[in-house]
Amino acid sequence: MPFIPHTEKDTREMLATIGAEEIEDLFDEIPAELRIEHLDGIPEALSEMEVSRLMRERALQDGSPMCYIGAGAYEHHIPTAVWDIATRGEYYSAYTPYQAEASQGTLQTIYEYQTMITELTRLDVSNASLYDGASGLAEAALMAVRANRKVKTGLVLIAPGVNPVYEKVAQAISGGQGLRYEWLPRDEATGNVAFDELPDGREPVAVVVQQPTFAGTLEDVDRLTDWAHAQGALAIGIANPTSLALLEAPGNWGAEGVDIACGEGQPLGIPLSSGGPYFGFMTCKQKHVRQMPGRIVGRTTDLDGSPGFALTLQAREQHIRRSKATSNICTNQGLMVTAATVYMSLLGFEGIARVARQSHANTTRLVDGLCSIDGIERLYGGPYFHEVALELDRPVGPVLEALGRKDILGGYDLTAWAGTDALLVCATETKTASDIDTCIAAFAETMADERRYE
Amino acid sequence: MSELIFEKSRNGRRAFAQAPADAEVTAIPGRFLRTDKPRLPEASELQTVRHFTRLSQKNFSIDTQFYPLGSCTMKYNPRACNALALLPGFTGRHPLGPVSHGQGFMQCMHELQQMLKEVTGMVGVSLTPMAGAQGELAGVAMIKAYHDARGDAERTEIIVPDAAHGTNPATATMCGCKVREIPTGPDGDVDMEALDAVLGPKTAGIMLTNPSTLGVFERHIKDIADRVHAAGGLLYYDGANLNAILGKVRPGDMDFDVIHMNLHKTFSTPHGGGGPGSGAVGVNERLLPFIPVPVVRKTEVGGETVYDWAGEEDFPQTIGRLSGFMGNAGVLLRAYVYMRMVGRDGMERIAEYATLNANYLMARLRDAGFELAFPRRRASHEFIVTLRHEAREVNLTAMDVAKALLDRNFHAPTTYFPLLVPECLLIEPTETESKETLDNFVAAMIEIARAAKEDGVEYKEAPYTMPVRRLDDVKAARELDLRYRPD
Amino acid sequence: MNELPGDLLYTSDHEWLRREGDGSVTIGITEHAATALGDLVYVELPEIGQEVESGGEMAVVESVKAASDVYAPVAGSVTAVNEELADDPERINAEPYGDGWIVRMEVGNLDESALMSPDAYQRLLDELDD
Repeated sequence: MPFIPHTEKDTREMLATIGAEEIEDLFDEIPAELRIEHLDGIPEALSEMEVSRLMRERALQDGSPMCYIGAGAYEHHIPTAVWDIATRGEYYSAYTPYQAEASQGTLQTIYEYQTMITELTRLDVSNASLYDGASGLAEAALMAVRANRKVKTGLVLIAPGVNPVYEKVAQAISGGQGLRYEWLPRDEATGNVAFDELPDGREPVAVVVQQPTFAGTLEDVDRLTDWAHAQGALAIGIANPTSLALLEAPGNWGAEGVDIACGEGQPLGIPLSSGGPYFGFMTCKQKHVRQMPGRIVGRTTDLDGSPGFALTLQAREQHIRRSKATSNICTNQGLMVTAATVYMSLLGFEGIARVARQSHANTTRLVDGLCSIDGIERLYGGPYFHEVALELDRPVGPVLEALGRKDILGGYDLTAWAGTDALLVCATETKTASDIDTCIAAFAETMADERRYE
Repeated sequence: MSELIFEKSRNGRRAFAQAPADAEVTAIPGRFLRTDKPRLPEASELQTVRHFTRLSQKNFSIDTQFYPLGSCTMKYNPRACNALALLPGFTGRHPLGPVSHGQGFMQCMHELQQMLKEVTGMVGVSLTPMAGAQGELAGVAMIKAYHDARGDAERTEIIVPDAAHGTNPATATMCGCKVREIPTGPDGDVDMEALDAVLGPKTAGIMLTNPSTLGVFERHIKDIADRVHAAGGLLYYDGANLNAILGKVRPGDMDFDVIHMNLHKTFSTPHGGGGPGSGAVGVNERLLPFIPVPVVRKTEVGGETVYDWAGEEDFPQTIGRLSGFMGNAGVLLRAYVYMRMVGRDGMERIAEYATLNANYLMARLRDAGFELAFPRRRASHEFIVTLRHEAREVNLTAMDVAKALLDRNFHAPTTYFPLLVPECLLIEPTETESKETLDNFVAAMIEIARAAKEDGVEYKEAPYTMPVRRLDDVKAARELDLRYRPD
Repeated sequence: MNELPGDLLYTSDHEWLRREGDGSVTIGITEHAATALGDLVYVELPEIGQEVESGGEMAVVESVKAASDVYAPVAGSVTAVNEELADDPERINAEPYGDGWIVRMEVGNLDESALMSPDAYQRLLDELDD
């Protein structure tokens, strides 16, 4: 039996101590009519060797295509040390650090993480992370309702550049508490918010702004943040953490900065891995700290007066506050935060800035090349970070399929979002000039091919 | 504490192997650019590796200590599960990549869905919830959606036993429901009269853990299900204690309508120092239309099996999406590998040996003079010791025992939960611990109590051997220091 | 435990209320409640002008191990809050009936029928002790 250490002698002795004849007797409180005999639908056990072979085959089956998709998850180089350290048993198999004296490693790591994320976002306090970027928006909106008590509308206005899935997720998680999400108008020429059409006097409890936008453009976040505050709303800023080495931090947007920043932490050393586990980061201004959901680590002193770390502000949380908790959340993404903390330590500001600049330069090379192909042009003008929306003169699906057959994932099909045949491409620092040229050539060939068969 | 990584930082020091070549930024106007410089560490690769390796050594973990944490199922996390989930084909797959480049991964996910249906007796499974609490949210949201779809919008009350995990009432509130708490009877079963008193036209459902957080199997479960269903409510199964009944009895057969499973407990994915978890949900026919999306679907195309995603268009009544993509895929892969390695027979042995270990530990502690909260009951995979007499007579509290155990190299059991048992320790040994470990733990417990009773030893200042002494929680909360500030 | 101040009225939820003689009342939590919660670390106060129903949630007092609602013993409109508690929540532990007051409210006709005299509240505490 895998992972069960008992010898027959152990089992006999233990049953004797209990005063039972056989293990089955220990289940005698379960009503007999509910019992099942066997789990017939579960396959027979595989040895480690067999399961390793199976998983290698499955992983190989999915190949290693060259990926130019972003749309909320980004391929970056992850230093070997990151996961070497994070999967050390002492991090990997530890529990939530409730017993602080026996969890100083995890606690100090989170404290360092909190410091790094507040530095990147330029806000005062950070929690120990949330599940992912999308669910982080739901928690940020719920937090805004608690922090902005004067506004009772439950209305959250969302800039058109916010990742559309984030809105869906926020709706699913927080709709039950009466929050309503409405999109602000989009300027079809720029892809950004249409400032001339902003609705005054709606009394939003919060306004959500994303930089860079889902379509890769750069929004006038200063103006939008100021507008949010003028409406009596809290400003929630969503940011890509890699971009923060290059672009202005949410805490500096507009005259006062955003009140809450959140976003997807995946670019900080977390593999793409089909969508998770990632982590959501969240930071806020000092005055809102008690409304912040999730775990928070603080530095304090022990009985000898020496510094140490402990979870703090726990009375807000579900295990104490129960139905009145700030959230039902009872976990952070501890392991991912450990990885991100090591990643940020290894790269430092200069390293992340290089990742950001190189990703920007590679995307520029890719986009310039693609736009030289007949039938491809930029959907929006204006500056971008490392992702760009392109308009095609034909349906995107078949083009992506054709590229897929060449083992190139040519981007994210943006057609439904844009209302026109559009594609979102991203080339991070992981791509070489030759990779990008190969991709451009493949696009050119595909576009020519498709034309031929029209 | 160790020096912070920031204090080891020196201007201009770099882990050069980790940064790509630099490039010029040409296309971003200055007004978008960052105006200040974030103070991230500047350290070498060796310094960083050494720093975090040393920090890790200040943790207790399953790999280094026995962790009898009740309700947390701290079993061994097999190494192969981790290594195989980190194969490059899996870690490199973009979540929005086409299904043509994801059949291997998706087959694993589909088979995981099937296996989870089998062990729970449900007809549909969604893997998207990213933690137990999100699975709970999904479950209660589905219950609400079911009533709303039938025009039964008055059903807004969720019944929760007083012994429940805090997430249960918190979740009900998050779904816009009102919580009706019901008491527990003297032997740990639900108080049926109290249940009848709260059931009615406003009942949306009941949230139960079985075996309950009191460590005993709810013997009236069938009766409870009948009464709740007769009143028009649905039953939610909190899978926190699923480990105790694997292969013995299934939530679906107990007439639960929806369940969440904590894959990080029952199926041995890592706790990671507080996440990631994974809270897959299972539903019966009644709630299938409301299941969170996406789920993996298996179809036949031209005689070939193809796996693809079913989304909003396939489940128009879905409660929606709970994560940016499909949930904690890497955790799901670890659970999949675990289930394949354990297999059919192993799965049935899990509940057997978890229960054997719990009942053995309970018998030994009882024989050593510790008071059990429910002495007339079998333990499930966990049980409760109450120190109310020790606390009153020799001032030995549950907290003292917890801290004293740390000094003896055991992680503490869960303390002060469930809330209704005074000075309690909730103890769950799991099936992966050996008899020797359990015996050593009993010896430590006996010695701690003996020294308190006979020698007047107090543990108010324990632990003594950890990297820090007992921490000042009040100071932590009053003088918030949540980030490093160089001065 | 010190003797209960004789000039106050009490509730079974362990709040106290003082009639200020000008149609307003001052409200706090009793020494029993403060001791049971332990060292307070935070007090969440209502906004001035807020209308509170009798029995409605009015403030939250928080220690490291518990957070507890403070319910309004009577209906009224908040006219003042003890701002000092923001930086110094331990005042409630130190002087629950003095510097540790929480809220002042304007009330209409004060309905005292639901409130307890010092003697009645003392009897309640004695019962809890048993």
